[in-house]
Amino acid sequence: MVAVQETVDQVRQIDVDQYKYGFVTDIESDRAPKGLSEDIVRFISAKKNEPEWMLEWRLDAYRRWLTMTEPTWSRVQYPKIDFDELYYYSAPKSTPGPKSLDEVDPELLAMYEKLGIPLREREILAGVEGASDRRVAVDAVFDSVSVVTTFKEELKKAGVIFCAISEAIREHPEIVKKYLGSVVPVTDNYYATLNSAVFSDGSFVYIPEGVRCPMELSTYFRINERNTGQFERTLIIAEKGAHVSYLEGCTAPMRDENQLHAAVVELVALEDAEIKYSTVQNWYPGDKDGKGGIYNFVTKRGDCRGDRSKISWTQVETGSAITWKYPSCILRGDDSQGEFYSIAVSNGYQQVDSGTKMIHLGKNTKSRIISKGIAAGRSDNTYRGLVSAHRKASGARNFTNCDSLLIGDKCGAHTVPYIESKNASAVFEHEATTSKIADDQLFYCLQRGLSSEEAVALIVNGFVKDVIQQLPMEFAVEAQKLISISLEGSVG
Amino acid sequence: MATMNAEPRILRTQAEDTLALEFAAARTDLPGSPAVAAAREAAFANFQKLGLPHRRTEPWRYTDLRALLRTIPPLAQGRAADAVSFEDPLPGLDRARLVVLDGIFRPELSDLSGIDGVTVRPLVDLLRAGDASVGREIATLNDAVVSLNTALMTGGVAIDVPAGVRIERAIEIAHLTSSTVASHVRNIVTIGADASVRILETHLGPADSAYQANIVTEASVGDRAKVVWAKLQTEGEAAVHLGTMAVSIGTETQFDHLTLMTGAAISRSQSFVTYTGENARAGLFGATMVRGKQHADIALGVDHAVPNGSSRELFKAVMDDRAEGVFQGRIVVRPDAQKTDGRMMTQGLLLSEDASFFVKPELEIFADDVQCAHGATSGEIDEDILFYLLSRGIPRPEAETLLVTAFLAEAIEGLGDEAIGYAFEVVSRNWLAARGQEAA
Repeated sequence: MVAVQETVDQVRQIDVDQYKYGFVTDIESDRAPKGLSEDIVRFISAKKNEPEWMLEWRLDAYRRWLTMTEPTWSRVQYPKIDFDELYYYSAPKSTPGPKSLDEVDPELLAMYEKLGIPLREREILAGVEGASDRRVAVDAVFDSVSVVTTFKEELKKAGVIFCAISEAIREHPEIVKKYLGSVVPVTDNYYATLNSAVFSDGSFVYIPEGVRCPMELSTYFRINERNTGQFERTLIIAEKGAHVSYLEGCTAPMRDENQLHAAVVELVALEDAEIKYSTVQNWYPGDKDGKGGIYNFVTKRGDCRGDRSKISWTQVETGSAITWKYPSCILRGDDSQGEFYSIAVSNGYQQVDSGTKMIHLGKNTKSRIISKGIAAGRSDNTYRGLVSAHRKASGARNFTNCDSLLIGDKCGAHTVPYIESKNASAVFEHEATTSKIADDQLFYCLQRGLSSEEAVALIVNGFVKDVIQQLPMEFAVEAQKLISISLEGSVG
Repeated sequence: MATMNAEPRILRTQAEDTLALEFAAARTDLPGSPAVAAAREAAFANFQKLGLPHRRTEPWRYTDLRALLRTIPPLAQGRAADAVSFEDPLPGLDRARLVVLDGIFRPELSDLSGIDGVTVRPLVDLLRAGDASVGREIATLNDAVVSLNTALMTGGVAIDVPAGVRIERAIEIAHLTSSTVASHVRNIVTIGADASVRILETHLGPADSAYQANIVTEASVGDRAKVVWAKLQTEGEAAVHLGTMAVSIGTETQFDHLTLMTGAAISRSQSFVTYTGENARAGLFGATMVRGKQHADIALGVDHAVPNGSSRELFKAVMDDRAEGVFQGRIVVRPDAQKTDGRMMTQGLLLSEDASFFVKPELEIFADDVQCAHGATSGEIDEDILFYLLSRGIPRPEAETLLVTAFLAEAIEGLGDEAIGYAFEVVSRNWLAARGQEAA
């Protein structure tokens, strides 16, 4: 089937030439010298006032990185990146760790206002959001530094630590030492190793035992400076029985040259803990001729370390010239659960190679993958996913559904699922035929007079909506549009 | 695609070294015209460049020949036995029989009755004449095992079914091995327009011999032709089987293909189907039954290069003991191949705690008005269904046999040929009966 007109229109609205966040903020910045060397690593570490062990950790990563080669297995094409042409550190000059918002450069505040990111707690309380249970604490990362983190005091009362990772390295070294690199090892892959060497900032979240985080936590990433690479690092730890919902958003100005963004996100969920991680990725996708845009090469992984823990990834991917990321779950604890919900829309010359890995190690572990890829223009959209059950993963269960939709005949949609089962009692289902989601649910809808197409859309979108509706409005504008995109004409 | 596997190849394995020595020693004795000799050199150079497929050779991801092939037996060339006898794996199935023994077509051992109108020639005739049909269907494959076959091919059959010829009697190409040798067989099958034919491909060898068979079959199917093609791989249990089939199908053809894999220690059966004419239909089916430490890999590449093609794929695999089953399927829909309808289903049944199943059903789609779907499942026998049968007084082994037979039958029956389907189902039942005996 061909895509319905409504879908075509909606995808058009978020086409690359409609990018709204492409303005540049004119702000004086403090940059590291161009290029990458041990000195740069030392420079970044010194800028952050890091302890000696952290510097050693970085240097070790840098030395290992030098011995690695760039991966080429993904279905994306780009000219070779010259890592010596990048700036690895850039920070707004005027803000060496402001005490309050009043000290933050007004230019910066104006930018966040323009992006619709609420940084003033007072304003948020005054009703930007309305009901107080919709409050969101924000960590705003601008180029290489965290500008401000809101609601810190209130979170502190609940025992939650939410701060820039550079601050956590100084203030909570024992936690950072224990968990940093424990989910994504330093040498995991080329870009993760590079990140380990030069990461400049990012968010750190620690939820103590039994605590349900009183509000949504979020980080807003903005690349502003020319020729810089952004390498943020996020670490979230949910202790036994803790619960947290975290979201990230990202935008960048329109620039003719490509910029590199290589982040690492590590999640650790201990017994009975739950982490929900949502992303609205809207980096600059390049112009309609494929010029410029962000290379988004990201390693995201969650470790369900404790029994009955749960990690859920939701991503809405519309930006970046190239996206190369696979938010994954290691289901180590017995009865742990992993989820991955993704909507990836590519337009123009965008290339998306994304998916997930669900690695079942513990008994009775469950995972669910719902992925929707929509390709338009001259873009390529690939779903690449792995579901594996190891010898001891008795009773493991996976359901995967990935649909793709093509709009026009110049784009491509690809599905590359890997299913590896080493346990007889592991039950895996991979389904791309739209008629086979869950027969009883489908039957229920059909019985009530919905067409099969409507029923499928309702069910799949129901899954996605579940999580997306919990995003604050500021982040959900694109997401909301996408949810309504019909599944009609899916090609599996 | 981006620069694939840019990493430099470092060390050659012992098996690769042996192959290089064997090729160097045999190259002047291998049959063929100067053009064929040149093609052999080029193919071997390509093989050396690629090396044996390994974990990072994506299409071979789960069958790491570099690690699995420790030794290479001597080439079959010049060592062929006079005759050999095996129990018929398909008793009662009427068919003509072309015997390829130790890599060489043997007319005197063959039965060509009942297939009047069909021309059968030894491959060496084509090689000596420098026939252009050799290598045509595999021209775009860049596969180390196929290149190795091109470098070392010694014989096989060339079957020519002229336009309009309809043959009722099935034609079997029986690939037999007599001893511990490495054979490289090439078959060329040309089916003319409006022809109709049923082809059987069988593979047999001694049970205790670690022989290696590398068979490449190139086929072209003319417009409106109807072809049923069934492959039965019951190689000896220590053998290595590497089978490749490359076929192009023309306008309005009906091409149905079934692979049943149950023999060999290590086996790989890869099929590549290219649509060259519109409105062609292909049904591709597979059934794998492995036990012990067997490793069986079925790979499939379907290339919808033209509009209005349809393909149905159904692959079933049953793994017992510590066996490993693999399925890698890839459907490509080219930019202009509108109205393509492709459906691929893979199901694995693990009968033992230690068995494994690896699946990679891939879709690559460049046309927007198509329907393509794929599904994959993996699991064990459903306890509820088993309980139902047990509660009706059926003993557990029989109940399991019943369920597994039914599971496999769906794929076998997909071929749509009653006689061949029945004979293949007997093979699957015998395999299960042997399992039952072990259990008892």
